[in-house]
Amino acid sequence: MSEARTFGYYPGCSGMGTSMEYERSTRAVCEALGIKLVDLEDWSCCGSTPAHTVDHVLSAALSGRNLSIAESMGLDTIITPCPSCLTNLKTATHRMENPAFKQKVDALLDKPANNTVTVKSVLQVIYEDVGPETIRQQVVRPLSGLAVAPYYGCIMNRPPDVMQFDDPENPIAMDEILSALGADVVPFGLKVECCGASHGIAQKDVVTTLSGRLIELAYAENAMAMVAACPLCQMNLDLRQGQINAANKSRYNMPVFYYTQLIGLALGLPEKQLGFDKLAVNPDKVLRAIQEQSHVAQ
Amino acid sequence: MKIGVFVCHCGSNIAGTVDTAQVAEAARALPGVAFATDTMYACSEPGQEGIIDAVKENELDGVVVASCTPRMHEATFRRTVERAGLNRYMFEMANIREHVSWIGKDMESNTNKAADLVAMAVAKLRENRLLFPKKFDINKRVMIIGGGVAGIQAALDCAEGGLEVVLVEKTTTIGGKMAKLDKTFPTVDCSSCILGPKMVDVAQHPNITLYAAAEVDDVSGYVGNFKVAIRRKQTYVDWNLCTGCGLCMEKCPSKKTPDPFNEFVGTTTAINIPFPQAIPKKASINAETCIMLRKGKCGKCAEVCPTEAIRFDQKEEIAHEEVGAIVAATGYDLFDHSIYTEYGGGRIRDVITSMQYERMLSASGPTGGHVKRPSNGEEPKSVVFIQCVGSRDKSVNRPYCSGFCCMYTAKQTILTKDHIPDSQSYVFYMDIRSPGKNYDEFTRRAMEEYGARYIRGRVAQVYEKGDKLIVRGADTLTGTSIEVEADLVVLAVGAESTRGASALAEKLRISYDTYGFYMESHPKLKPVETNTAGVFLAGCCQGPKDIPSSVGQGSAAASKVLTLFSKDQLESDPQISQVDIKRCIGCGKCISTCPFGAIKEIDFRGQPKAEVIETVCQGCGICTSTCPQGAIQLQHFTDNQILAEVMSLCPPLLEKSFE
Ligand code: SF4
Ligand code: SF4
Repeated sequence: MSEARTFGYYPGCSGMGTSMEYERSTRAVCEALGIKLVDLEDWSCCGSTPAHTVDHVLSAALSGRNLSIAESMGLDTIITPCPSCLTNLKTATHRMENPAFKQKVDALLDKPANNTVTVKSVLQVIYEDVGPETIRQQVVRPLSGLAVAPYYGCIMNRPPDVMQFDDPENPIAMDEILSALGADVVPFGLKVECCGASHGIAQKDVVTTLSGRLIELAYAENAMAMVAACPLCQMNLDLRQGQINAANKSRYNMPVFYYTQLIGLALGLPEKQLGFDKLAVNPDKVLRAIQEQSHVAQ
Repeated sequence: MKIGVFVCHCGSNIAGTVDTAQVAEAARALPGVAFATDTMYACSEPGQEGIIDAVKENELDGVVVASCTPRMHEATFRRTVERAGLNRYMFEMANIREHVSWIGKDMESNTNKAADLVAMAVAKLRENRLLFPKKFDINKRVMIIGGGVAGIQAALDCAEGGLEVVLVEKTTTIGGKMAKLDKTFPTVDCSSCILGPKMVDVAQHPNITLYAAAEVDDVSGYVGNFKVAIRRKQTYVDWNLCTGCGLCMEKCPSKKTPDPFNEFVGTTTAINIPFPQAIPKKASINAETCIMLRKGKCGKCAEVCPTEAIRFDQKEEIAHEEVGAIVAATGYDLFDHSIYTEYGGGRIRDVITSMQYERMLSASGPTGGHVKRPSNGEEPKSVVFIQCVGSRDKSVNRPYCSGFCCMYTAKQTILTKDHIPDSQSYVFYMDIRSPGKNYDEFTRRAMEEYGARYIRGRVAQVYEKGDKLIVRGADTLTGTSIEVEADLVVLAVGAESTRGASALAEKLRISYDTYGFYMESHPKLKPVETNTAGVFLAGCCQGPKDIPSSVGQGSAAASKVLTLFSKDQLESDPQISQVDIKRCIGCGKCISTCPFGAIKEIDFRGQPKAEVIETVCQGCGICTSTCPQGAIQLQHFTDNQILAEVMSLCPPLLEKSFE
């Protein structure tokens, strides 16, 4: 194992609540892969979706505060598991390149950020800094026999000139990582389609239609599970699967993992750290299928 | 010296924002000016007559016209002063249209600037000397680069006109893109049936020398006397012996060779003749897949070849040709659609290009004319065509319209219905552009008689669902989003300049635009000329074109060559450099700096000196700014002439600094 790489870590609010299993498995996997996480001290919410729909300056100030904290901690890169936090941090950095805009943001902050911090997703660091090949070598429990549909969500790679990671229409980072774990990655054409995002609260039919379509395609491609990289996507697909079934008269029963859970599993980390018990759709059957496969392999 | 100044109104083009009368008034006060006036259209017949009369009445020695760009009318006015009995180099032009009236709105500043430009022209004219062109012979042979339909047409027309033609084609056969097409729009006639006979004519014409599998390596010389080095690539077959019998193809064990002629749908053998009607019909070996060339064993082709034509040790050769004119007809390439990752081309097997589809439709193509889904070989029932893939899209740096995709897509929907009567075609389009003769009628037929469903809107995504493809797009006429289930998706890829176009342009010393298409001399009035005398353009190298336009331009280029060659001698431009032998110290700086190799070292009474080779000098003037002695001077743009212009603008400053 090469020497540990150190990053500022921004867990985001959902990591503390709705997506604890993502948060926990991320920490466990990072440790196992030699990624050292330094938590930002006294970080605050990035404003999520509401802030930037109301006021770009205020939204940038929320992220600006976190960026400024990272700077004073001497960190050059922040990573976050949540694509929504990622978007806000990256967009704020991008917008603050405009001096007039930055001035307005600075006025709201105790200590302005100087745009010295790079922001990346955890996925990007695992893909680019560790790489599928290194992961492959660390696999102790290959996910053979597990057919998965990787789902990136619509904002992790877009807009491309801000996010600067992978292909905006056909990203492959998760695909390659999952293949390295030994899983069968099915062709999943709706990788970057919207799941309905926070419309789940205001206009449920948007989510049941859009997320329903995603699960339907995963079924059509014979996936046994979907793999998500976003707390909100995962919630819409997993927690709301019952609502989707009710609205669409469907009978889906598709577990929706976080990619970090599957990496952890293949690396042989204790299942307790990976939070499979927090998933709404019971993944036991699927997990057993892998177990049996790897027994056969052994 | 008595100078006359004529300030042109150019209608409102100039007079709208420049007080031309006042410019003439100011000119009258300049030293040497004996006559000054403003005139409505200096280039018109009365305008030119006015200049001639004024020269005669006032016994003028030189003329300044303040009007448009010299590119437009310098030649016109030089002829005018010549008719008035002056040397044509006793003429200067001040560009007060492009440099003044078209770029500024302020009447007063414009008028001042125009007066300044006129003052500069007058100052320069006072330093002008009489120059006389020399005559030189023309080599009445022509080289055509590119053997597509435009190049073929140009070659045949020139050859019919009695010229010797050298046709250079980089692939192993002529025919270009047209030879790959199944049918042509709007007549739906067989493409190779109408092109084939022309290709045969090329092969049989006694005046045409064909170099296939060859590229232009180097071009030197000038109009009337170009020297061209042609690189003949190895084909590993002696084409003098090869009879095109094809026995080698039958026996070659390397059958997985990618087949460029069939757009890589299907494969061919390592030794192959691209298609049955190929001209020349000669075999060549693909070195990348030939077992003999890669591993040193096999040689099956050599065993069976009845004429013993196989040459595994063949090397590249350079051939030299001398010609008086060159026609570039290098065609286009197809846009690389894999940039649009959302369409899945290159990843999803049943997403193919229009040209691949064309090969599939062709009876002599890799599927024998049967339309098949690449994934499972089944006949598709629902075919979706996506137009403007790499056309009219700024985001992929292709903002221009490729011009022919609307039409070939309509043709392909018609052919699809012919091949598979129970099929349904869908076309996603932005606008239908069908301005040619019988073109709009043709697209309507595709819709009305053949039932192709046209949907206006771009496609957002193509993805697989089971063994079907889902095409998601917008229908901007109904304002809804739409999904179509497809068995096959055909991307109507646009045209882009051919790879290597810019490198060839630099060899030919012609200009090209940001997209690599060659620039015509004037977009309206000189569509086949370039700014380099003796080099002409035909077909898609100048911009995307359909077959009729390419053929038309091929003929036009040929007629330009024939016109050029209708004289036996051309006049050389005297605006070239000259060495003052007394000043030259023989340092050789000019020799190493001249980009055209137009200066050589000579021995003058035991001293090395520079000498300009008149016919090679392009008059660029780089040597004159290099020479530490000021010994080499570009005629008509000497240091004194340029300094005179500068002095006329800012006399006090210069006088101080130079004394
Ligand atoms: S030597 Fe090469 S070209 Fe000839 S038969 Fe063998 S593989 Fe084919
Ligand atoms: S640079 Fe000038 S001095 Fe030197 S060789 Fe050329 S002409 Fe003569």
